[in-house]
Amino acid sequence: MNAATLFGLCGAVLVGLGLYGLVTNPEPLRKILAFNLLGSGVFLVFGVVARRAAASGLGGDPVPQAMVITAIVVAFAATAMAIALVLRLLQETGRSTLSADDPGGTDGGNS
Amino acid sequence: MKLAFDILTVFFVSCGAFFFLAGTVGLLRFPDSLTRLHALTKVDNLGLGLVVLGLLPQASGLFAALKLVSIWLLVQLSGAIVTQLIAGTVRQNGPDG
Amino acid sequence: MTISSAFDVGLVVLILAVGAATIAMREAFAAVIGYVVYGLLLAMAWVRLAAVDVALTEAAIGGGMTGMLMLGAVARLRLAEGNDIRTSLPVRLAAGVLCVLVTAGVAVAILSPPKTIPTLAPMVMENLAQSGLGNPVAGVLFVYRALDTLLEKVVLILALLGVWSLAPDSVWGGIPGLRVYARPGSTLTFLAQLLPPVGIVVAVYMCWVGAKEPGGAFQGGTVLAAMWLLVMIAGLTSVPSIGERWLRRLLVVGPVIFLGIGLAGMVLANAFLAYPPGYAKPLIVAVEVALTLSIGAALGLLAAGPPERV
Repeated sequence: MNAATLFGLCGAVLVGLGLYGLVTNPEPLRKILAFNLLGSGVFLVFGVVARRAAASGLGGDPVPQAMVITAIVVAFAATAMAIALVLRLLQETGRSTLSADDPGGTDGGNS
Repeated sequence: MKLAFDILTVFFVSCGAFFFLAGTVGLLRFPDSLTRLHALTKVDNLGLGLVVLGLLPQASGLFAALKLVSIWLLVQLSGAIVTQLIAGTVRQNGPDG
Repeated sequence: MTISSAFDVGLVVLILAVGAATIAMREAFAAVIGYVVYGLLLAMAWVRLAAVDVALTEAAIGGGMTGMLMLGAVARLRLAEGNDIRTSLPVRLAAGVLCVLVTAGVAVAILSPPKTIPTLAPMVMENLAQSGLGNPVAGVLFVYRALDTLLEKVVLILALLGVWSLAPDSVWGGIPGLRVYARPGSTLTFLAQLLPPVGIVVAVYMCWVGAKEPGGAFQGGTVLAAMWLLVMIAGLTSVPSIGERWLRRLLVVGPVIFLGIGLAGMVLANAFLAYPPGYAKPLIVAVEVALTLSIGAALGLLAAGPPERV
């Protein structure tokens, strides 16, 4: 088993861990953390694909690597937006979770 | 010459690794924040400094060697500042602040 | 087992342990610190996978900027009343089974690669010399898939608009609510005076050298954003209001120049985002410089958050 396969299996376990955290943690902030973990596991799988496709004197295929760079930036943008939403929820309702039996909270708020 | 450089590298990096180990043991075993900070600064200063010293013979030129030393200086700077800030907060808020 | 494979195994074990601790930890603050450590370990894993540009981006954005965002959120969420409900055991067992199945599926896909691995590396290297670039990842980002990079920059601006639109109507156009710790004469002020010049040099170097060696606009822009945030948090400069003209112009200068060069390519080189032969390298460097500035501004503002006062 070479290094690329080892890191690919690591990425697979991270995907499972992140998915578990996303499903079972009730707080939005922990869900965002788990989503980031899930995303980085997927990126590791991409990296393994890039490493295996090494050719022409390069260490890895640059196309999947460029895609991962783009994906990391976009994941950060999504995380920033999600955290802004959680903080706004905190401002509006004073709670940090979306409880299933919450009666709708404030009605629309001040936009 | 290459052998001498390699021996130097192994020796200094091992010394640095020893300080890393000591600092981590201190982090885990010391009773409160201030003493743990004291252990961590040894890691930043001595541990990383010895590792950088050990890597200098392997550097590929003067520019790379300067980069290694500047990494050590930057880590020391940020480590020192963060240590001061944490210690100041601990003093203000008490040991569980 | 060679030394490097022992190192790889140790690194993987550490990554999985810190990742599991991040998920399972009760306290949110400790979980966020765990995530920052995880990001840095992952950067080392990227270096082992021979993807140094990705390692730089992961350390800067994945570990640094995301960690900073989350720490700010945890600090504010401490004041919230959380729900103390934990999901019930049957739900957790079912989720665990589902996750094991997903992991097994991905692992089977990893362990059975195709006989001949398809690779685009030869095609990338064939035409890279024409563009004058030495870094194949920069070639992919700015020449072969330049449309992706342009749209990614637009996504950053759209996310920023989304964050800004969460402000109440009354403070639209106001000043973001970044927590400032202005204590003149403190060590934080000292750091904010000493580090930004070094940081700016590092950012310019990373952007400039990205054409030949690992680096590039995104990594340099992130360091610029970090320096700007440090100076704002230490109170050495005031947080600008989002209605300021110079701020908005700084945000759009990158994508506008990129788009302009792309449209000019339609006239000069017969395709959108194509470069006229011989002028590729200067145009790409111009795009990278403009993008570094815009990315620095956008990432800094994303971390500062929506406006909270006028």
